[in-house]
Amino acid sequence: MGLLDYFRSTQQKGTANVAKERLQILVAHDRAARGCPSYLPKLQQEILEVIRKYVDVDLSAVSVNYEQEESHEVLELNIILPDTGKHRI
Amino acid sequence: MSRIIVITSGKGGVGKTTTSAALAMGLAQRGKRTVVIDFDVGLRNLDLIMGCERRVVYDFINVINQEANLNQALIRDKRCDHLYVLPASQTRDKGALSKEGVGRVLEELSQTYDFIVCDSPAGIEHGATMAMYYADDAIVVTNPEVSSVRDSDRMLGILSSKSRRAETNAEPIREFLLLTRYDPHRVESGEMLSVDDVQEILALNLLGIIPESKAVLTASNAGIPVILDRDSDAGQAYGDMVARYLGEEVPHRFLHAEKKGLLSRLFRG
Ligand SMILES: Nc1ncnc2c1ncn2[C@@H]1O[C@H](COP(=O)(O)OP(=O)(O)OP(=O)(O)O)[C@@H](O)[C@H]1O
Ligand SMILES: [Mg+2]
Repeated sequence: MGLLDYFRSTQQKGTANVAKERLQILVAHDRAARGCPSYLPKLQQEILEVIRKYVDVDLSAVSVNYEQEESHEVLELNIILPDTGKHRI
Repeated sequence: MSRIIVITSGKGGVGKTTTSAALAMGLAQRGKRTVVIDFDVGLRNLDLIMGCERRVVYDFINVINQEANLNQALIRDKRCDHLYVLPASQTRDKGALSKEGVGRVLEELSQTYDFIVCDSPAGIEHGATMAMYYADDAIVVTNPEVSSVRDSDRMLGILSSKSRRAETNAEPIREFLLLTRYDPHRVESGEMLSVDDVQEILALNLLGIIPESKAVLTASNAGIPVILDRDSDAGQAYGDMVARYLGEEVPHRFLHAEKKGLLSRLFRG
């Protein structure tokens, strides 16, 4: 790679950001079409972060489910906490 | 109790077969009785990556159609005692995979094996849905690239609505993310989505990050699962993946580019 290419490539910096933004919109759209709110994974991750402040659990311990019934929607949160207090951090 | 693991992605060419071969070999090397099944009917490839293509006599479809029994079709790996390969048919079409037939074969395998690894074809059509239908665990193979991430999200929707576990209201499939063909240099220069970017969108349990590596091509040329190349970055990353899958806590590696001096950066390539 020559000097010129090097500076050119540093200028192109940030296409990954564009990709990320496009994906966020796209995926939100896809999920809405599937009838499942697009914020679910984010919600799950943020809930996990809050729980982790108090208890040592991992991602698989939190499950977020969403169901659309005829007259209402159900958002079900299931968090499996470790059974003893010794996991406290 | 046997576990059925599907290696899936939606998008083609992201590394499912490479991953299936590595996972199956890694589990077997740890003494787990393992069988790896090629669901890519018509485009059989797993036998090549496993290096057993010249030993294929009967295949998965023959067993489904009861033209051969499992023992006749299973190929024992020459490098590892606990590992067997069930090849796909090269000549039939995917319609030959009936839900009942696949279920019957998996049921029979689960009597003998600890792990059944299902290498899914690309797409979301019949072959891919058959590969994931009976799964207990799913490894969603994703490249840090927009269309792959989107397809993975689509596949997650299918896993949670069209699998046997979903249809019978059983505990959902355990889903894991495996990010492959990761190039830390390109991530650091902002050209490629990072692990964190992908995780922010998919929010899955991260099973591993497999770097873009020359060792993968070398291994496939030779018919040796790359996990057996213990000196290579990809081989080690796959080794870590297997350990994590079995519940060990292993820190993620190969996330950062080797530091290069300014001069070597200027004159690279
Ligand atoms: N970590 C990696 N580094 C470099 N090349 C890779 C890596 N993983 C996979 N490849 C290459 O990408 C190509 C596709 O890999 P593979 O066949 O495993 O994908 P696949 O998802 O099974 O494809 P298909 O959807 O066609 O079944 C192969 O040429 C393989 O060598
Ligand atoms: Mg494949």
